[in-house]
Amino acid sequence: MTCLPAHTDKKLGLVIDLDTCVGCQACVTACKEWNTGGHMAPLTDIDPYGGDVDGVWFNRVHSYEHMTEMGGRTVNFPRSCLHCETPACVTVCPTGASYKRASDGIVLVDEDKCIGCKLCSWACPYGAREFDTDVGVMKKCTLCVDRIYNDNLAEEDRVPACVAACPTSARHFGDLGDPASAISQLVAERGGVDLMPELGYRPTNKYLPPRAHTQRAASVPAPALEPVRAEGGFLGWVDRMLSH
Amino acid sequence: MTHGPLLGANSAPSQRSLADTRAPDEGDGVDTSPVVSDSIAKTTCYMCACRCGIDVHIKDGKVRYINGNKDHPVNRGVLCGKGSAGIMQHYSPARLKKPLLRTGPRGSGEFREIEWEEAFSIATERLSKVRRTDPKKLAFFTGRDQSQSLTGWWASQFGTPNFAAHGGFCSVNMAAGGLYTIGGSFWEFGEPDWDNTKYFMLFGVAEDHDSNPIKIGLGKLKARGAKVVSINPCRTGYNAIADDWIGIRPGTDGLFVFALIHELLKAGRVDLDYLLRYTNAHVLVIQEPNAADDGLFARDIGGNPLAWDRVARVSVSATDNGAKPALTGNFQVDGRRCVPVFQLVADRYLQESYSPDAVAERCGVAADTIRRIAAELAHVAFEQAIELPVAWTDWAGRRHETIKGRPVSMHAMRGISAHSNGFHSCRAIHLLQVLLGTVDVPGGFRFKPPYPRSAPPGPKPAGKDVRPMTSLEGMPLGFVCGPDDLLVDDAGTPIRIDKAYSWDAPLAAHGLMHTVIRNAWAGDPYKIDTLFMYMSNMAWNSSMNTVETMAMLTDMDASGEYKIPFIIYSDAYYSETVPFADLVLPDTTYLERHDCISLLDRPISHADGPGDAIRYPVVEPDRDVRPFQTVLIELGARLGLPGFIDDDGSVKYRDYADYIVNHERTPGVGPLAGWRGKDGTSIGKGEANPDQLQRYIDNGGFWHHDFADDQRYYKMANRSYLDFAENMGFIPKAEPIVFQLYSEPMQRFRLAARGHGRVRPPEAERDRIETYMDPLPFWYAPFEEAAVDLEKYPLHALTQRPMHMYHSWGSQNAWLRQITSQNRLFVHNRTAAGLGLVDDDWVWIESINGKVKGQIKLVDGVNADTVWTWNAIGKRRGSWGLKDDAAESNRGFLLNHIIGDQTSADANGKCYSNSDPVTGQAAWFDLRVRIVKCAAEEGGFTEPQFERFRQPPHFEPSPDKLSFGAEFRRKREAARS
Amino acid sequence: MHPAFSVVFFTTATGAGYGLLALLGVLAAQGFVPPDFWLGLVGMGLALGLISAGLLSSAGHLGRPERAWRAFSQWRSSWLSREGVASVATFVPAGLFAIGWVFLGRTEGWVAVAGLLAAIGAVATVCTTGMIYASLKPIAQWHSRFTLPGYLIFSAMSGSVLLNALLQGFALGSTILLAGCTLLTSLGWGWKVATWRYNDRLEIPTNANTATGLAGGTVRSVEWPHTEENYLLKEMGFRIARKHNARLRQITQVLAFALPVLLLIAAFTLRWPYAALLSALAAIAQFAGMLVERWLFFAEAKHTVTLYYGR
Repeated sequence: MTCLPAHTDKKLGLVIDLDTCVGCQACVTACKEWNTGGHMAPLTDIDPYGGDVDGVWFNRVHSYEHMTEMGGRTVNFPRSCLHCETPACVTVCPTGASYKRASDGIVLVDEDKCIGCKLCSWACPYGAREFDTDVGVMKKCTLCVDRIYNDNLAEEDRVPACVAACPTSARHFGDLGDPASAISQLVAERGGVDLMPELGYRPTNKYLPPRAHTQRAASVPAPALEPVRAEGGFLGWVDRMLSH
Repeated sequence: MTHGPLLGANSAPSQRSLADTRAPDEGDGVDTSPVVSDSIAKTTCYMCACRCGIDVHIKDGKVRYINGNKDHPVNRGVLCGKGSAGIMQHYSPARLKKPLLRTGPRGSGEFREIEWEEAFSIATERLSKVRRTDPKKLAFFTGRDQSQSLTGWWASQFGTPNFAAHGGFCSVNMAAGGLYTIGGSFWEFGEPDWDNTKYFMLFGVAEDHDSNPIKIGLGKLKARGAKVVSINPCRTGYNAIADDWIGIRPGTDGLFVFALIHELLKAGRVDLDYLLRYTNAHVLVIQEPNAADDGLFARDIGGNPLAWDRVARVSVSATDNGAKPALTGNFQVDGRRCVPVFQLVADRYLQESYSPDAVAERCGVAADTIRRIAAELAHVAFEQAIELPVAWTDWAGRRHETIKGRPVSMHAMRGISAHSNGFHSCRAIHLLQVLLGTVDVPGGFRFKPPYPRSAPPGPKPAGKDVRPMTSLEGMPLGFVCGPDDLLVDDAGTPIRIDKAYSWDAPLAAHGLMHTVIRNAWAGDPYKIDTLFMYMSNMAWNSSMNTVETMAMLTDMDASGEYKIPFIIYSDAYYSETVPFADLVLPDTTYLERHDCISLLDRPISHADGPGDAIRYPVVEPDRDVRPFQTVLIELGARLGLPGFIDDDGSVKYRDYADYIVNHERTPGVGPLAGWRGKDGTSIGKGEANPDQLQRYIDNGGFWHHDFADDQRYYKMANRSYLDFAENMGFIPKAEPIVFQLYSEPMQRFRLAARGHGRVRPPEAERDRIETYMDPLPFWYAPFEEAAVDLEKYPLHALTQRPMHMYHSWGSQNAWLRQITSQNRLFVHNRTAAGLGLVDDDWVWIESINGKVKGQIKLVDGVNADTVWTWNAIGKRRGSWGLKDDAAESNRGFLLNHIIGDQTSADANGKCYSNSDPVTGQAAWFDLRVRIVKCAAEEGGFTEPQFERFRQPPHFEPSPDKLSFGAEFRRKREAARS
Repeated sequence: MHPAFSVVFFTTATGAGYGLLALLGVLAAQGFVPPDFWLGLVGMGLALGLISAGLLSSAGHLGRPERAWRAFSQWRSSWLSREGVASVATFVPAGLFAIGWVFLGRTEGWVAVAGLLAAIGAVATVCTTGMIYASLKPIAQWHSRFTLPGYLIFSAMSGSVLLNALLQGFALGSTILLAGCTLLTSLGWGWKVATWRYNDRLEIPTNANTATGLAGGTVRSVEWPHTEENYLLKEMGFRIARKHNARLRQITQVLAFALPVLLLIAAFTLRWPYAALLSALAAIAQFAGMLVERWLFFAEAKHTVTLYYGR
């Protein structure tokens, strides 16, 4: 059923902190590793040891240079499904394979219904959809739907694989529909943004922009150093200090 | 609302599981609770040197999933890009299957499979002959070995001094610079106080050692808003998130640091109290030019260094608690002129040549920026000092009601290390830390046990007396304190094949693996019989001057014998080095073996307590391969090496696991510190415990001891810590560790160069020793930079491994290679514009050593005089299970081809290894290049190209498709329906 | 966007086929076309053949063609599903119309009603096809007011040129039809040129800044997540060199519009069989030209995902 639910009970999603991401690819392979044996298994790799290598990945990390009047900054940028509130990838699907869950807002693909028309990947502005040419169906991030409710995992492990793996703590998970949730408060505090808001897909995932130089709590209000004013210069100062 | 237990690094409220993790009634048929695994084995990762704890989920006898162990002190649940790709490493099609004996010419890859028995008898026959005649004709170099306490001991029992792992071409400058200065080091033997630091400086760090701890730490700093300053020519990775990125010119970090020191001294912003208590700043240095003890410490008759009491106006023992030592001045002691170390420090670094204005251009950093950083350092160290409300007692019995800290911390790594001036640059950074009073204090840089140790630590390198059928008197690697400790003969000729601990590289604490192939080939200082290597890609990305290195491996003498007569190599994969071996001993993957991450070697301690860990087989090998360490132990027994056989000649250790449990290096001290004693209740020292490995397995694969609150800081002088360290066997005696601003051992070498002492350098070496064995750190231009025409080679060239491959053995990994299968040369926009180059152009990268071809990418985030690329992406055709059209061997390139392994000949016609003159650390980053646009027809493919390796017997072609995980789903769904 | 031949051919062929079907349905029902067996067989064969070939070609584009039947289910939200429903539904009146005309030799009564219904179905199907593209916000060149009319105009144009060729072939040509298809071809030409002008001046609010959430200044891709091309780049990262682009636009204009117009005008002055020959040539040239046009329609369309890759 590709009509969107009028309302979802939760809006589960991720928040990615671009101020902290070092581009280490931990979330990328953690995602690949979990999901290649998970709900959408496998994440096929074509020509894995050859020149035309091309695999299915639900999470990819780009690297950009952001040049402003303040100078340049290198920004590492993880990109995955944003689990939009109005995802056209769902509504364009002719078969009902793509759907948005009414309970938690996760956008999923029912592989058994997918005919591999690829239209959803055209409709997604973010490049979140990944076609598995071997199986002939579209795959995508499941927000680790087979982890976050998984009774066979310890409770503290019931988070998406990318969030669990991230070594710099740059990834967050929770209910973005609940303004009181820790993740919503983080977004509010750090001015989290939507990607391509002008297209109106209303992504659930938010990105925390890099702190601008001036906004960083880290700037140190250090007065310039002055040479010691002691007789005999520095050595005189040392003597005076030791005599105290 | 209840949340799950707070565990692991990622446990902020916004990173926890949902308040209610019951699956909603969506009715879409999704199996939200699939069974993940049949069992979980908690072992230790080996995808790099970081040694994180991992949970390996086994399903139907296969590895389903690997995640970080939340309880583990190293990674606390997180796992890097390499660790999560471990499955692909484990199931790599390039895994060797059976012992191989060369049949074709060396380097061709033509082998036949042999049984292990045959492999053992070939090796035993060969090596026992070597041991009977001249044991040093075995050169045993073990690469990225995590079992050096075994392999080094094996070499020692064999009787050859020719042993080292890969530290000489990795980071020995870091290790030696630290160990000779503060008795500890950055590297992985110390860490910033992530929870308390307010100002963090990161020098020349890529994703080196300690990768997850640093990332976890950076996450903490970011969350707290502490300031991160990075000093690095490249703005990648950690440097990308720095609040301040200082795109310094390569090889000038030392100069930059001296300018900071200059500013701090000038402004009187140094911690004099700290210097007096914990360093040799007040120790008197004899100033009597031409005397045999000029520049040595003035000592009392007991040999204790002296200081000058300002009040009593007499010399006193430097460790006299009641004294009021002077830090400046000129004093006469026993009629000899002496000055305190600190006076020398001030004299040197207050010179105008170290002022920000003087160094700015050379460093490529504005003088104002240097001044600002100095001011910030001073401000945070002195105005934002912190105090922890914990009482502690120092070595002299003085009780302190609080632990005071200066929250400035630093970390430095390869960018400092891999230059020919790296040792002194590293010392410079430690000097800066010490002057600010920030070593092992709250908010500063902290030691990880078993460090600190005396600076330098005790054991000296063994190998002076090499005799047939005789073990060495100690371990081959150690720390020299003067020329008498060198491994040179009476003519000054090196005893070791790699020339470690010779006049070429006196403080070569990790050996010089990068010189072994050339020296063995040239017979300089002598010919060897067998080169035995493990897990190091010396015929490719681990060597400089790759093309010539490969030629040396295959070069023959007039009689048609290989100049390096016999090569034994152990590797788990078909790497570029395997085809050059005569005998190949196939190793297991890291999930099929026992290992110990030992306190005798490179443990998993962190600053709050020591720890060690094991690996154990979590899956059975499906090939006829054996763990290298077990093979080595069996070889030791077959050779009859002392320690490997019992008195009755029977085999002492069944395998590595048996060794790990039962070996004792000194009474009660074995490879593992946890659960010792018959009942497993001792730590550190105690009898062997037959259940020890099971106790480790039960505890998640590791042991960790948490310090009491009063043991956590000032470990160099903390009574409670020092007592603990002595009990554990970390240090011989609970004595304070004194930071050596001025290094007396180095001065001893200078004196030898001036003609003093029994062991003196040959005439031709004297200037070099005089210059570089300066007891105070100084800066000099990296050698290649000083030797080449800078107009002709205007650019610095660097390499770094990408984070997802750093220190990772084998990047044929099907997943990791997708992230980077071609490396580009990154060129600054402005520099490229000046050369008429645009994105994607193919260029020749030319150095005095040769040229290599690659494709460029323009960037802003790099020092404009520097180009760089990802290292070790280029692979040779036929290796690693890659297909012939793989980007790695067609478009990826190896910068190693144009990095010389030797310096240009000096005035005496001598070529030195392209290394730091103090430690022998390979100077990878001294490289100077120019880049020239390729002709149109030259674009699109890399050069030089090499002949394709033949494949070993029974090697299947790598698959065209990988559907890893499909079988888990099939079984799951079958079970469900 | 990657110009997959299956999709290029599909939209071109079905566009022409539905255009021809609609015109045959309307004109036959109005009695403007004689209920001749051979004319019916060739005409309906051509129309339904083009439609069927196009639909089969599009099915070849699917990863799992055996499940294509599922595509009829989501007509409430999906234009692709609606296209599937409309195209199949159109076969019912079109089939009846063809049977009536070809085998029963009649075009009045229920056959005429079937013809009209087939025409309505054909127009509806072309509309759904156009809307598939016009509804895709990530592709600004498609998500425009030019797309849906374009599909309708090109369908009518290529259908009329085909019909003219058909009737001329049977020596049933008329100057009105000739005039009509000349005018429609000119209209198509104008529309295409206007579309190109519009697209060339398109100011797209979505850029690398909004794509990454990095406000201000410029955002430049330094490294891709994977060094080799992946599905996203192969499917949506297609790039066409500017000079090829200009050349192909010229070829489109000549083949699809200029040459057919010239040939059709020349046909005014000639008799059978020369007029028929020129009309057939016009139809063939136009079909070839429209394939190029449709190839460009994809190749020139820039998907927002390319912003992430610095393309």
